[in-house]
Amino acid sequence: MNFRSKWASQLDAQAAQAEQVAAEVREIELEQALTNFRASVRAWSEAELSRSRMAVKAVGQRRWRLAAGWALGCALLAGGAGGGVYEHHQRVEAARVAAVARAAEQQRLVAAEQARDTEEDLLAKVDKDVSQEVPSAMEPLARLMDEAK
Amino acid sequence: MTRATAEAMAGRGLESATEEFARVVASHRPQIFRFLLASTRDVDLAETLTQECFLKAHRNWGSFRGESSAMTWLMRIAINLQKDHWRNRRVQFWRHARTNSVDLDEAGEWLPSGERSAEQQMLAREQVGRVWQAVKGLSERQRTVFLLRYVEEQELSEIARATGLSEGTVKAHLSRAVGKVRAELGGKR
Repeated sequence: MNFRSKWASQLDAQAAQAEQVAAEVREIELEQALTNFRASVRAWSEAELSRSRMAVKAVGQRRWRLAAGWALGCALLAGGAGGGVYEHHQRVEAARVAAVARAAEQQRLVAAEQARDTEEDLLAKVDKDVSQEVPSAMEPLARLMDEAK
Repeated sequence: MTRATAEAMAGRGLESATEEFARVVASHRPQIFRFLLASTRDVDLAETLTQECFLKAHRNWGSFRGESSAMTWLMRIAINLQKDHWRNRRVQFWRHARTNSVDLDEAGEWLPSGERSAEQQMLAREQVGRVWQAVKGLSERQRTVFLLRYVEEQELSEIARATGLSEGTVKAHLSRAVGKVRAELGGKR
C-alpha cells in the first residue's frame, strides 16, 4: 500500500515535470517563432526600402482612379439626363401622333356625314323628279287614276 | 534688435527646424514604413501612408512639444492614418474587391540570410507563416499592439502613448494576441 502510494506520487511528480518541460519547450518555440517573425518583417521591409520604388506610382494610380470615377459618374449622369430627355421627347411625339390621328378621324367622320347627306338629297330629288314626270306611255293610266280620285 | 537681425534669426530658426525634421525623417522612416508594411502587407499602401505620415508631421512639426519621443509621436500619426484608411475602405465598399496585400506565404518567405541549414530555414519559414496566419486573425488593435511589441520592440508604456490606450488595456490586447499566436503554433504541430 505504502509502496503503491509512493509510486503514484512519483508518477504524478514526473507527469508534472513533463508538463513543465513541455510548457518550457512551447515557450521557447514561441520565442523562436516571434524572433523569426521579427527578422522576416525586417528583412522584407529593408528589401522594399532599398528597392527605391517610385513614390509617384501610388499617387498616379490614385489620380487615375479618381479620373475614372469622375468619368463614370459623368457618364451615368449624362446617361440619366439623356434618357429623361429621350423619354420626354417620345411622350411628346406620341401625343402629337395621337392628336393628328384624332383630327384625321374627326375629319373622316365629318366627310362621311356630309357624303351621307348629299346622297340622301340626291335620292329625294330623284324620287321627286320620278314622281312628277310620267312617261307618255303611262299617261292614260295616270289620267284614270286622277279621275278615280 | 533691428528688423534685419530678427529676420535673420527667424530664418536661421526655420533652417534649423527644417534640418532637424530632415534628420527625424531619415532616422525614423524605416521604422514607420516597417510598421505600416507589417500592418497592411501592402507595399504601395505602406509607402503612401508613410509619405502621408511625414507630410502630416511636417505640417505639425511646430506644434510638437517633445512631451513624448519623436518616434512615439510619428507612430501615433501612422496608427491614426492607418485607422482612417481602413475606415474609408469600409465606406468605399467597391474597393473591397481590390487589394494589393501580398499573400501570407509570400510575406513569410522573407528571412535574413544567416548561417542556417536548409532545414532550419524551412522550419523558420513555417513558423513565420504561422505567425502571419495568427496576425491576420487579430483585431486591428491587437495587431497594432502585437506588431509594436514584437516587431518594433517597444516598451508597454511607449505602446500606450502611441496608441492612446492605457497600459492595462495594452497588456490585455497583447496577452490575447500572444494567446492566438501560441494557439496557431500549437494547433498545427
